[in-house]
Amino acid sequence: MIAAVLVEHRDGVVAQPSLEALTLARSVGVPVAVWLGASPSAEAVALLGQYGATDVRVVDAELRVVAHAADALRAASDDAELVLVVSTFVNKEIVTRMALATGAGVVVDAAGAERIDGHIETTQTVFAATWNVRTRINTERAIVAIRPNTTTAKVADERTAPTVTTLAVALPTAREAIVDIARVAPPEGIPLAEAPVVVSGGRGTGGDYTLVRDLADLLGGAVGASRDATDEGWISHEHMVGQTGTTVTPALYVACGISGAVHHRGGMQASGTIVAVNMDPDAPIFDIADFGVVGSLFDVLPQAIERIKAHRAAS
Amino acid sequence: MRVLVAVKFVPDLQSQRSFTDGLVTRVAEDGSMNELDENAVEAALQLVEAQGDGEVYALTVGGPDAVAAVRKALQLGATYAIHVNDGAIAGSDVFGTAAVLAAAIRKVNAEAPLDLVITGMAALDGLTSMLPTALAVELGWSQLTFASKLEVAAGEATIVRHLPDAYETVAAPLPAVVSVTDEANKPRYPNFKLIMAARTKPVTVWTLADIGVDPASVGAAASRTTVIDASPRPPRADRTIVTDTGEAGTALADFLIGRGLA
Ligand SMILES: Cc1cc2nc3c(=O)[nH]c(=O)nc-3n(C[C@H](O)[C@H](O)[C@H](O)COP(=O)(O)OP(=O)(O)OC[C@H]3O[C@@H](n4cnc5c(N)ncnc54)[C@H](O)[C@@H]3O)c2cc1C
Ligand SMILES: Cc1cc2nc3c(=O)[nH]c(=O)nc-3n(C[C@H](O)[C@H](O)[C@H](O)COP(=O)(O)OP(=O)(O)OC[C@H]3O[C@@H](n4cnc5c(N)ncnc54)[C@H](O)[C@@H]3O)c2cc1C
Repeated sequence: MIAAVLVEHRDGVVAQPSLEALTLARSVGVPVAVWLGASPSAEAVALLGQYGATDVRVVDAELRVVAHAADALRAASDDAELVLVVSTFVNKEIVTRMALATGAGVVVDAAGAERIDGHIETTQTVFAATWNVRTRINTERAIVAIRPNTTTAKVADERTAPTVTTLAVALPTAREAIVDIARVAPPEGIPLAEAPVVVSGGRGTGGDYTLVRDLADLLGGAVGASRDATDEGWISHEHMVGQTGTTVTPALYVACGISGAVHHRGGMQASGTIVAVNMDPDAPIFDIADFGVVGSLFDVLPQAIERIKAHRAAS
Repeated sequence: MRVLVAVKFVPDLQSQRSFTDGLVTRVAEDGSMNELDENAVEAALQLVEAQGDGEVYALTVGGPDAVAAVRKALQLGATYAIHVNDGAIAGSDVFGTAAVLAAAIRKVNAEAPLDLVITGMAALDGLTSMLPTALAVELGWSQLTFASKLEVAAGEATIVRHLPDAYETVAAPLPAVVSVTDEANKPRYPNFKLIMAARTKPVTVWTLADIGVDPASVGAAASRTTVIDASPRPPRADRTIVTDTGEAGTALADFLIGRGLA
């Protein structure tokens, strides 16, 4: 059984969630990598091979129009029973189009997938991570959009140099035309959705992200924010965590000066360990915190940073 | 300008949401129109107001309670409300729901052509964000999704969408399906006059037969995915809340070190 993985890459560099998806694909079937865009470098191909890809199928074209990307992915995963993509907004659109063309069933925001009695079954959390759900895909072909940080990426025991095939796909005329692309600079460090640690600051920072950033750097994590903070223009929109921002599931989430509105919680509640620092003992964020400090982040964070540094220096 | 807004009835975000036999438990008192659909209604009203004339249709697909979603849209200023309600729809997946919505939209469109269908970027219960794309494909209309800005002129709609790597400006001919984010606008509050007027406005109710959809093609039996198990996640164990009296930063650090996280 072939399990195709749509590889996420930026400027030719493979994103970590794709290695997680390949690891998952290996546990279900024979992994094949699908690469949309300018041909991958030898390093990228070798990396995909390390994570078990037997084939790398390339459709060499810039495919920002969703209808085009959907057709390209479909052509490159024709023989696959399972197609795995990383759960991003654009990928959800691509797979929706593909599913309508192929009859495949789709689960998005999944945390895992396995093959049971000939069907793909997925696990996911819903309702702001308050419920666990198991879903069976009834159709012969299945598409699963998998959340970053839900599978641990592991290199394959058996590795072969993958065969690279370039496919020519006749793209339909789309109704939509992309008339302008204004690039956003890539995030410094780890992208929010992929980070093992996220330290977020909200309105309580008053716009000063120095301490939040320092703690994030110290812990090897990414900086997150609440909607109020991005609305204030304190930090760019890419940092927003929540139901209308980025959903994150890091091993550690630290919320500083964030009240814990349901919209925010929906985007971080499935995190491994949750720590909150807030002046208000009644802030709803404390309801889901493993460790909470009622206090000012301007007192608590510097002390915590010092302690961690001292601990590291001593050990 | 004729605009149709698709609005979904969802359980209250703050309520104890749950599952029964793989389907979301519906509690009449405990739901309302999906919050992001207020942005969709607002976008439609603004377009019609800017043109000086036109109609806004609000359409929902759902059980008896779902009428609350279109009533809310009427209060905000929608001209007409349509509720597709048929027992056979229960348990539909995204594709079944999109097929039903598309059939109802075709029926409205047959009376007089629509320019746009506007939706929210996500329903805050299912949260798949797949429906707008599915609807565009079903209708064969342009897909302009995830819009934080929308402009319509000369038979064309143009949106800006904010993706992780870029701001894209996308243009397409009408008719189009547009999904909007909460950045697109600031929804208005219903005023007293509109609330009163909405009370007497009729809601058109259609069954699957009215819109020519075969009941066997939708609902749980036709769904491509089935929830086979649902269980509440256990609350977090061993929770600690401390009040800072001068040492809480150290305590926080020790907690992280203890868990191997720092
Ligand atoms: C449709 C919709 C979608 C939304 N989507 C999102 C989303 O995706 N993500 C999101 O985040 N929000 C979202 N929101 C907004 C959300 O409802 C909240 O308004 C927002 O999350 C609040 O941000 P906040 O916690 O920073 O601010 P507040 O709620 O104002 O909380 C600030 C907190 O900081 C604390 N504080 C103040 N000073 C200090 C200090 N010195 N030290 C420590 N604590 C301090 C206060 O006690 C308070 O609890 C959405 C809203 C809507 C309507
Ligand atoms: C917890 C949960 C998980 C689910 N998972 C899946 C899944 O993995 N695969 C699958 O195929 N189905 C799934 N479903 C079913 C799916 O959510 C419904 O079919 C739903 O009507 C459409 O998807 P959505 O709510 O995710 O809408 P979204 O695509 O998130 O909604 C976007 C917009 O579409 C419009 N809209 C959506 N539904 C309606 C409606 N009924 N009437 C009018 N307008 C509407 C609204 O404008 C809304 O803002 C799930 C449902 C739930 C509750």
